[in-house]
Amino acid sequence: MLDLLAGFIGELRATGLPVSLSEHMDAARALELIDLGDRDQVRATLAATLVKRSDHLAAFYQAFDVFFAVRPAPPAPNDPASESALGAGGESGVGGSGGEGLSAEELQGLLYRALRDDNRAQLRAGARAAVGRYAGMEPGRPVGGTYYLYRTLRYLELDELQRRLIEGQPGRGELAWRLARDEAQGRIELLKREVERAIRERLVDDRGAEALARSLRRPLPEDVDVMHANRDELAAVERALRPLSRKLATRLARRRRRRRRGPVDLRSTVRQSLSTGGVPLELRFRPPRPAKPEIFVVADVSGSVASFARFTLHLVHAISSQFSRVRSFVFVDGLDEVTSYFEGVDDPADAVRRINAEADVVAFDGHSDYGHALTVFRDRYLDQITRRTTVLILGDARNNYHLARAEVLADVRARARHVYWLNPEPAGYWNSGDSIIGEYAGHCDAVVECRTLRQLERFVGDLGS
Amino acid sequence: MSSLDPREELAHRLGLANIPAVHFTSPAEVRERLAAQDYLSDDTIASTTFLADRLAKPVLIEGPAGTGKTSLARAVAEATGARLVRLQCYEGLDESKALYEWNYRKQLLRIQAGRGNGDGAEEWERLEGDIFSGDFLLTRPLLEAITADDPIVLLIDEVDRVELETEALLLEILSEYQVSIPELGTVRARQIPLVFLTSNSTRELSEALKRRCLYLYVGYPDVARERAIIEARVPGVRTALAQQIAEVVRSLRQLDLKKAPSVSETLDWARTLVVLGREEIGVEDAVATLSVLLKYQSDIERATTALRERPPSSA
Repeated sequence: MLDLLAGFIGELRATGLPVSLSEHMDAARALELIDLGDRDQVRATLAATLVKRSDHLAAFYQAFDVFFAVRPAPPAPNDPASESALGAGGESGVGGSGGEGLSAEELQGLLYRALRDDNRAQLRAGARAAVGRYAGMEPGRPVGGTYYLYRTLRYLELDELQRRLIEGQPGRGELAWRLARDEAQGRIELLKREVERAIRERLVDDRGAEALARSLRRPLPEDVDVMHANRDELAAVERALRPLSRKLATRLARRRRRRRRGPVDLRSTVRQSLSTGGVPLELRFRPPRPAKPEIFVVADVSGSVASFARFTLHLVHAISSQFSRVRSFVFVDGLDEVTSYFEGVDDPADAVRRINAEADVVAFDGHSDYGHALTVFRDRYLDQITRRTTVLILGDARNNYHLARAEVLADVRARARHVYWLNPEPAGYWNSGDSIIGEYAGHCDAVVECRTLRQLERFVGDLGS
Repeated sequence: MSSLDPREELAHRLGLANIPAVHFTSPAEVRERLAAQDYLSDDTIASTTFLADRLAKPVLIEGPAGTGKTSLARAVAEATGARLVRLQCYEGLDESKALYEWNYRKQLLRIQAGRGNGDGAEEWERLEGDIFSGDFLLTRPLLEAITADDPIVLLIDEVDRVELETEALLLEILSEYQVSIPELGTVRARQIPLVFLTSNSTRELSEALKRRCLYLYVGYPDVARERAIIEARVPGVRTALAQQIAEVVRSLRQLDLKKAPSVSETLDWARTLVVLGREEIGVEDAVATLSVLLKYQSDIERATTALRERPPSSA
């Protein structure tokens, strides 16, 4: 077991979860205390000792499922439903429960009954049978699990199953219908997970747990590359972004408060000293005057950085809720101020939708033109930039071979306190092709690679200090 | 790795007279005894609580507001017959509020009372030994938890609100179980309390603190568990109604709301419906009482639209 644990922790670390030596030891000790035959208990124990962040739990569960996959007892390809060890107890009335012997209708019926009665064991058996029947898995074929999942689900007619589930629910009225629908959706989701699991079991059998774990490894939300993320990953990133503004708020407030105490507050000190017989044991201070930095955010929202743009707009929202004076601008080849879109908006997604629909950012052909956009920015807003203004430019500086006009940025910098450039591309790609970040870099205080949430958080944290 | 029981080892290291008693023998027992306190746990909660007891480690509980983080500590205290000592964290919490403070007022009174008799130097020496003794010390929750004689469950609530410096202070107590008071010397623990820390993750806690704790994420319960919670906590609710309430709340949580309804809000809603004498919820009842569940106007509007949604005409 200790070796197995070490292997598992190795896999977690490879995924990016930080597991320290002391946590490893805790896990080993904890395993001595519990019933190793109880899979759920083992899982809960390892989670409690090894994972210390809620957004790492998903990665942990995935790794656990693969690494400690329950292999269907003797791998008999003709009888995929022989998992007596697992499905024990629940399989009443489904003699021989499925497998290739079942017709398509029978399998569908089996799944329907399992879903309707919320019978997990039967559902698992059904999912295995379905995978055996539809996935068409071939040993040794280097195809990912999603391909098999897609194939299996296509045959299962999930919509039809869901409709039958809803109709099978007793109850009147709209509310009952709605509840039944949500319930049915939940159960279908369960079926999908079982199918996924059945596929994984077979893949583990085929390739071995460690190899599979390696191929299924996914980055943690804070390490996802925003430019190349798929939809699920982006959703995870957005979820992780949401608390950012709150975190930012506490961090800034704390730093502001701690930085410096104001002058002695005599009145309060005297009042306080009354309880100690007029001896002023503790001095009271006035709270310091808050600093009011002013921030101009200028973001590229063109197609080439579309997913990054969503991300940056969320960022703008986070920033504008924290700094007293934030003005935001978006551009493609034209430039428009969008500050008002963020005012009084609680949900950044709303603002993003409105900006995409309404902001006037395309001047010519809809390809980014940094030179032109920056010129517009300078001409319209230069006189409003002061010594207290920090300018943030977000974009990949891929200029489609237009003129750079870097001197415009020099004008901006001459007036502003700081000019920072956040680039969503890996630093290795900078200045290749039509990227001209090098020409602008000389007129910025810093150019920062900002591809992941982790990098973003670090930058924003430093910004507030 | 030694097979010495972690509790024995810790007790030995701290020089405790007796090894602290074990409260639970298995996660299943945790579950039962918490259920007897009307706290319905799940596998993860039960296992983690069990491990906290056996490994003598603090538990860091995270999760959305109102999912029963604080109640878990309370229920464990009640189930084990321990006293709950609670330290509510806030920004600006410092040693004098968390650990101990000298009772200035009493010290001053003592000095003034003793003034005028005896000669200066000798008198002062006696006085100094006197006013820096245990009698003039105000113990605060942390010190109280480790020096009390009766069994204690220590709850450090909303630990994410304190500054980093204070967190370091907590860290010292939670790993060494001793407090050094300059004028008095080191105060050693008389017991190792069960410790629960809760956090709403408004900021990232330090790695060091996390490393010393077991981690427990308490999310929203599934429908079956939420129904059971409603039945356990709301007197006079019928199973069918509880089921329906749990399902409506689940549906609402799936909407993209600013603040999803918490378990405690669900309980409030259930109580409301029971008081109104409802046996079954209709759409209009639900809409009329949504303000119990949801606290933002925009959420209420969104939920109203969603609940009024009609089935496709075929159904």
